[in-house]
Amino acid sequence: MRADLQIIQAWIKTKTRVLDLGCGGGELLAFLKRDKQVHGYGMEINPDDIATCIDNGINVIEQDLDQGLSSFQDKSFDVVIMTQALQAVDRPDLVLDEMLRVGKETIVTFPNFGHWRARFYLALKGKMPVSKFLPYTWYNTPNIHFCTFKDFEALCRQKNIHIIKRTVVNSKHLDHWVTNLWPNMLGEIAIYHVTT
Amino acid sequence: MPEQIPADSVGLVQPQTLQFDQPLPLRSGRTLPQYQLVIETYGELNAERSNAVLICHALSGHHHVAGYHSMDDKKPGWWDSAIGPGKAIDTNRFFVVALNNLGGCHGSTGPQSMNPETAKEYGPDFPIMAVRDWVKSQARLADRLRIEQWAAVVGGSLGGMQALRWSIDYPDRLRHCLVIAAAPKLTAQNIAFNEVARQAISKDPEFHGGRYKDHGTLPRRGLILARMLGHITYLSDDSMREKFGRELRSGKLSFQYDADFQVESYLRYQGESFSEAFDANSYLLMTKALDYFDPSVDFGGDLVATLAAAQCQFMVMSFTTDWRFAPQRSREMVDALVAAGKSVSYAEIESEHGHDAFLIPIPRYMDLFGRYMNRVAADIGLPALPPEAS
Repeated sequence: MRADLQIIQAWIKTKTRVLDLGCGGGELLAFLKRDKQVHGYGMEINPDDIATCIDNGINVIEQDLDQGLSSFQDKSFDVVIMTQALQAVDRPDLVLDEMLRVGKETIVTFPNFGHWRARFYLALKGKMPVSKFLPYTWYNTPNIHFCTFKDFEALCRQKNIHIIKRTVVNSKHLDHWVTNLWPNMLGEIAIYHVTT
Repeated sequence: MPEQIPADSVGLVQPQTLQFDQPLPLRSGRTLPQYQLVIETYGELNAERSNAVLICHALSGHHHVAGYHSMDDKKPGWWDSAIGPGKAIDTNRFFVVALNNLGGCHGSTGPQSMNPETAKEYGPDFPIMAVRDWVKSQARLADRLRIEQWAAVVGGSLGGMQALRWSIDYPDRLRHCLVIAAAPKLTAQNIAFNEVARQAISKDPEFHGGRYKDHGTLPRRGLILARMLGHITYLSDDSMREKFGRELRSGKLSFQYDADFQVESYLRYQGESFSEAFDANSYLLMTKALDYFDPSVDFGGDLVATLAAAQCQFMVMSFTTDWRFAPQRSREMVDALVAAGKSVSYAEIESEHGHDAFLIPIPRYMDLFGRYMNRVAADIGLPALPPEAS
């Protein structure tokens, strides 16, 4: 399992109700179902990923995240998760609001645009960063709202969102002590566990 | 006519008629004293009797779902695209059961059958059936076939409503429920279309209050109109534009009130051929069953509470250009199932074919359908397919 998913699963209690937004092929939900008896639903828009979820026996609902979660009741899930998709939605702030509305807790992960490599790329080359981890060019990237750890935490403060836990990992999804010394510079992926 | 039966067809099939003598109490308060069901089955029931799949039909459907009755048949059964060896519902693995619902006109007891109390044809006196009545008769069919639990109950449109009703009324008798292009109840617009269809039939001077057989007539014009209207609602704006555009039949406008455009002659043809094959009283009955369907009425309109008893897993599918039962209507079911904590998956299939899409072998639709049925197979412990066949 991807290392960020490994970290997230440790934060989820057994037998809870989980909604995974942009669940991909359902890797995390399959693990949570098997090892934690979690009752989970995934939301996905990619047809191949939906097919994989069906193959894997995962509950998957075809829906565009930008349409919101209005069909779900307030606090109807114990945890709402979104991994590596916050930067790809139209309005990350509104999606976050919706996640916090339908979930008692929320876990989000996103790539940190404040990572030193991104900063150096822009500073030295004067061009938008392209890396192995984020291989797109500015005009075709699905990632339309890049932010840094600091940006995200500023949004949390503004919305009175309480950060339960924060972990930063490098692009191999490893949690290294050096990364945690200066997360906004050294962390490539942020994993936040938040609630209202 | 098939020159030769295709390899992925169930081949030549024969219907069977089963007699039921136990009276069937109906939602209307009336009782059907005895009845016959015409069925077809494909594939083999396994030793555990666990691989049976029930197919529920829509408004004008019947028991002949797949294969051919004879080498002279112009077309195979109505869902042949989804059912057969290697198809989405693989008859090499599943035992498929299909029936003609009560009140229909393809052999099961209906308005054209003899009323044992009067020794005359039922005609308009045949009791109006509700979806739950059909499901009850299907449960008795399962008893007769000694099928304790269906691996899956599958239906599109009105058939999907029967599948949903199964999950509520007989929660322990199905493991999976596939609800395709359906809705948890009809909207006012849906009911309005059905009412126009019914008016077209009942206002036909040949209708005679449903006693047309006694007068040696048929309300053919009414049925033609009803079907023309229905047909428009089964297609989409896109598919009609694609199929007919503004193409003229003879290349120029006639300035007569005849059919000028191809779409007009197409609808007339559809209506006419339907009017020869379908009984008017059955059509009225089927549209009423649609209008009356709303399982939440027993729970104060609360669909979440209605579905609380369900134990099976659900697969719901809708089609983007279906405006008769739009994707949003499928989402109502999905959202209620999620709120009720049931296992459910949902796919919204891109298609230009309107409501009729559920009968069309759209690649993504058939692929997901097949993948879900693989999951059903795994759930009942059937061996996995070799990779090249899946």
